[in-house]
Amino acid sequence: MLRISGLAAHYGRAHILDDVALEVGPGEVVVLLGRNGAGKSTTMKAIMGLVPPSAGSIRFLGREIAGREPFEIARLGLGYVPEERRIFSELTVMENLEVGRRSAPPGMAPWTPERLFALFPSLGGMRDRPGGRMSGGEQQMLTIARTLMGNPRLVLLDEPSEGLAPVVVERMAEAIGVLKAEGLSILLSEQNLHFARAVSDRATIIEKGRIRWSGTIPDLMAAEEVREQYLSV
Amino acid sequence: MENLVLQALSGLASASSLFLVASGLTVIFGVSRIVNFAHGSFYMLGAYLAWTFVTTLPRGHLGFWGGVLAAALLVGLIGVVVEVLLLRRIYRAPELFQLLATFGVVLIVQDLALLTWGAQDLLGPRAPGLRGGTEIFGMRFPDYELFLIGVGPVVLGLLVLLFRYTRWGTLVRAATQDREMVGALGVNQRMLFTSVFFLGAFLAGLGGALQLPRESVNLHMDLAIIAEAFVVVVVGGLGSLTGAALAALLIGELHAFGILVLPKITLVLVFLVMAVVLVVRPHGLMGKATGPAHGGAGGAEPVIGPAPRPLVHLGIAALVAALVLPPFAGDYALSVLTEIAIFILFAASLHLIMGPGGMASFGHAAYFGLGAYGAALAAKWLAAPMELGLAIAPFAAGLFGLIFGWFCVRLSGVYSAMLTLAFAQIAWSVTFQWVEVTGGDNGILGVWPEPWAAPKLVYYYLTLALCLGATLLLRRIIHAPFGYALRAQRDSALRAEAIGIDAFRIRWLAFALAAVMAGIAGGLFAYAKGSVFPTFLGIPRSVDALLMVLLGGVQTLSGPIIGALAFTGLQEQLVRITDLWRLILGLVIVALVLFFPQGLAGAARARWEARRGDA
Repeated sequence: MLRISGLAAHYGRAHILDDVALEVGPGEVVVLLGRNGAGKSTTMKAIMGLVPPSAGSIRFLGREIAGREPFEIARLGLGYVPEERRIFSELTVMENLEVGRRSAPPGMAPWTPERLFALFPSLGGMRDRPGGRMSGGEQQMLTIARTLMGNPRLVLLDEPSEGLAPVVVERMAEAIGVLKAEGLSILLSEQNLHFARAVSDRATIIEKGRIRWSGTIPDLMAAEEVREQYLSV
Repeated sequence: MENLVLQALSGLASASSLFLVASGLTVIFGVSRIVNFAHGSFYMLGAYLAWTFVTTLPRGHLGFWGGVLAAALLVGLIGVVVEVLLLRRIYRAPELFQLLATFGVVLIVQDLALLTWGAQDLLGPRAPGLRGGTEIFGMRFPDYELFLIGVGPVVLGLLVLLFRYTRWGTLVRAATQDREMVGALGVNQRMLFTSVFFLGAFLAGLGGALQLPRESVNLHMDLAIIAEAFVVVVVGGLGSLTGAALAALLIGELHAFGILVLPKITLVLVFLVMAVVLVVRPHGLMGKATGPAHGGAGGAEPVIGPAPRPLVHLGIAALVAALVLPPFAGDYALSVLTEIAIFILFAASLHLIMGPGGMASFGHAAYFGLGAYGAALAAKWLAAPMELGLAIAPFAAGLFGLIFGWFCVRLSGVYSAMLTLAFAQIAWSVTFQWVEVTGGDNGILGVWPEPWAAPKLVYYYLTLALCLGATLLLRRIIHAPFGYALRAQRDSALRAEAIGIDAFRIRWLAFALAAVMAGIAGGLFAYAKGSVFPTFLGIPRSVDALLMVLLGGVQTLSGPIIGALAFTGLQEQLVRITDLWRLILGLVIVALVLFFPQGLAGAARARWEARRGDA
């Protein structure tokens, strides 16, 4: 579904990503693990076209998307949930959802506000509240809901558990389970291994902009030295 | 009493017109973060096009109202053309460059309008059905003014509906906050921006077209309205529609009653109100702090290093030429050279606050003009000799630099720049309206140098010595601890404060110092011309200075010098060879912004470094 190879990116002269390769199959949840500053967010941004990739190939649904504009990439069915959430704070919950709305590809049951409120019940009670007056957890749900309104085939979820209370993280994991059951593919980035292993099928570890390890979650849990080397703080 | 009501009503009518223009400006700024100088040109084009349509179409309701609407729509399309050809390419450029580009458009439109409609004022017909008046408290009030009073609230209502209840409006509001995120959600920002530009230009065009029955159409409408529209938008809060409506009301009524109570200082009053509002509410009545508009971080400014050897040689060669050649030059060439020396200092003084200081000034001409007026007033009222006049000039400019600067350097970004514009306009209004002291529009004549300095050649050397000395002093200051502190607070005010630099004081002193230097230039200019006029302090002169600095490149020390040379030389030549110098200058500015976003000196340095990198 999404296949990345040889991806590189720079900020000025600094190498941020180098020869990154990744794959996400249909209905699969893949987690990109790594410490702060390892290149997780930049990988996500490069896929979305927000950071121009300087080399490599990004194929989505059989089409090359490297170098295309973010809005074109989004229209092909790639959803992006940024780490900083980036809620439109002066728009209400309903208006935030409206900005994300795009028609669904044929054969797909479109997301509606009502369906999303079933997934995230707390949002349903605050339809007219401005985004700026919501808690961090509510904003995180809204930003995922907003992206789902575009009826994406694959979602890039950048550190959804960051800064959330443990109870909310549980709820987030449940929601990701529901999305997976709906057949959505997800590329997740995480530092929280506990959260990641609960929701993911496979893991890829990134460090200093390079991919260091790839495998299934059971493999990762078995390989203690890998976790020790790349993930422990 | 009756009189007051009528005055209030006519204030409302002006407020309506002002709101149409300001609403377009504020909507465009909200989304694109571009301060669109060309908005006044859209307004002027609206009026001219309406004149053409209304006078050619058959008379009657359809001809008039159809003509007005057609003019507004056409201006909207012109806005689209400007956006697609120019602004779209520079959304990521520094704010001042965008401003410069839109000023290039102003110049181009001025000459195109002159070519199309000629220099004479045009009078339009009155609006059919609204030719009469209505009796209010026993006095007749024009129906058309009543109609205009209605237009403002109706347009405001429609805009609010549009932004609140349509998908397009929701997208625009979202883009105002975070345009990159809107793009990542699948919205084509280009289309969105272009459509916003259409709306903004349409509103300006409508505002201009509706002036047709009210006043004559002329080539000065653009800059006259843009200054007021800026005031309205800034007072209301950039990007806020209701703020613009409130501010338009405030300014409209202020005009109406100002004329009644204090006819002498109406112009001052408007800018005074703006200054007060900005000091009390730094983001305007309804505005909020705007984040960085360009997505990514600003990136550090390059460090200023010593000049490369070839540049030093070039500088010395130019200096030798400036010393040795003039005795062989004619009077005309000597005047031009004197002017160039003066403008180099003027540009270098602005560069101090823009480059190392990291502040923007739209009103630097104020200090140039205050220097000139300081000298001229001393000559006129105190019969001061030239030597004393030249000494007074920097003091006069520096004093006002201290006062105005104390307010301006507290704000940041566009608001700070607008406050500098406001103070400059206040100074300009005083010289323009206080006729008894300043001679008003007629200026002060007979400001001649002492006999020993009267020969053009002697005066040239005097100017060169003073300007060169002052410019070198500025360079020295940039490399002194004061300059380090100034650059430190530009790069990070917070970190500078953390190591004990009083950022406010440093900025304030730099502002005053720049004013002193501009004052020297202004004083020299007064004696070079033998007279002073309010135009010395006008917006165009401030823009000239901005152009010189940006043309040369903000982040190089040689930039302002090269910029002043290039600009003065270019303008001088253009004025000599063609009547259409504005058009050509405008095109040159636009081309520069598109192709040399770092300025001439910046581009030269980039090439120089690239070549050295290869070797």
